Amino acid sequence: MRVRIETEQIGNDRIRKIEEVAAQSVYRCYQCGKCSAACPATPEMDMLPNQVIRYLQLGLEERVLEANTPWICASCLQCRAVCPKGVDLARIMEAVRMLQLRKGRNEIRLQDLPPEYLKRVPQILLISASRKFVPLS
Amino acid sequence: MNLTYFPGCTLYTKAKAFDEAAKRAGERLGFTLEEMPYWTCCGATFPLAEDYDMALASPTRVLARARKASDKLVTLCAVCHNVLKRTNHVMQTNPERRAKVTDFIDEDYAGDLAVLHYLEVLRDEVGFDALAEKVARALEGLKVAPFYGCLLLRPKAEMQMDDPDRPRIFEDLLTALGAEPVDYPMKSECCGAFQVVHSDAMATRCSREIIGSARARGADLVVTACPLCQFNLDDRQAEMAKADKGFRGVPVLYFTELLAVALGEGLDLLSAERHAVDPVPVLQALGDEAA
Repeated sequence: MRVRIETEQIGNDRIRKIEEVAAQSVYRCYQCGKCSAACPATPEMDMLPNQVIRYLQLGLEERVLEANTPWICASCLQCRAVCPKGVDLARIMEAVRMLQLRKGRNEIRLQDLPPEYLKRVPQILLISASRKFVPLS
Repeated sequence: MNLTYFPGCTLYTKAKAFDEAAKRAGERLGFTLEEMPYWTCCGATFPLAEDYDMALASPTRVLARARKASDKLVTLCAVCHNVLKRTNHVMQTNPERRAKVTDFIDEDYAGDLAVLHYLEVLRDEVGFDALAEKVARALEGLKVAPFYGCLLLRPKAEMQMDDPDRPRIFEDLLTALGAEPVDYPMKSECCGAFQVVHSDAMATRCSREIIGSARARGADLVVTACPLCQFNLDDRQAEMAKADKGFRGVPVLYFTELLAVALGEGLDLLSAERHAVDPVPVLQALGDEAA
């Protein structure tokens, strides 16, 4: 039996928004898994990087929104460097974060860091962290 | 030779020795780093969201102001370098976004500034052979692991500094200084970056793997161009020692600190920096030939 799957059927507005913000198509990925092999952060992730794309391809973005993976990603671009299809997965991770930050999700409270720790850390660390984890609205 | 220079926030505060050593080394090599006028924060992360034009305002303002002073801008912090170079790439390749951002910040900028890293100045303007001749205290017998991290070389098409898979710019510099560069597989991995304030476990593990890999290949020192890497790789070693009784620390320096010392600056230069693992004993073993 021939089954035809259209991205219009399995996709949805939220996934299209992620693709738009990331400027990437999730359907380019053919699940070779090289991104997950190259990613230095997988031990702390509850979903592998290639699985993030797979769930988005299948229209199951809820699973991705529940995962900690986009929040553990440090945008080091190892995934992009090894992808044979030229997918910039770091941009997809950023889009997933951004769409939640824009709705007010707060992933970190920098004010809770101990004062003696704040004295040690380089400024660029705090600014980067606030750009990645603190809501935009 | 005067070069227009962008220091960025951290080099003014927590990484003063990184900046000071770069300036002193420059003077010894025949160039002066001249701070660009009216610089602001670079933004600290390049915005990966295609619709987030606001995040390009700050780095574009830096580029536009630097262009008024020169056609070249030298950076040192790997984070600033990555943000400014990638923003410049957007300005050069996306006229629509350039128009939107420059209109918003009310500055003219045509994308015609070259953003250079200090390492590129050493390689392409000074030349490593000429640099080798200026070495006053050769780092003979010193095994140094260069740490590129994630920001200096990737993405390759935009950074255009060196091959991310087989980089050699740090290695060639270290060879010119008389040191022995350590080849190890973790040299362009991620140190955990800003995750240290979010997933401390991730940053500590990543840093431990990098330090362990450099140590296993015999490194006496690690050098980096990034304040985030320097902090994570150095500061996390206390945690690594707690978890592993046999752990042996390795000092983590900014490459300009090692460069300035090799060119003849005194080791007191290093005291401006907070080094959790003290680098002075390793360098003192070289003898003091400060000129």
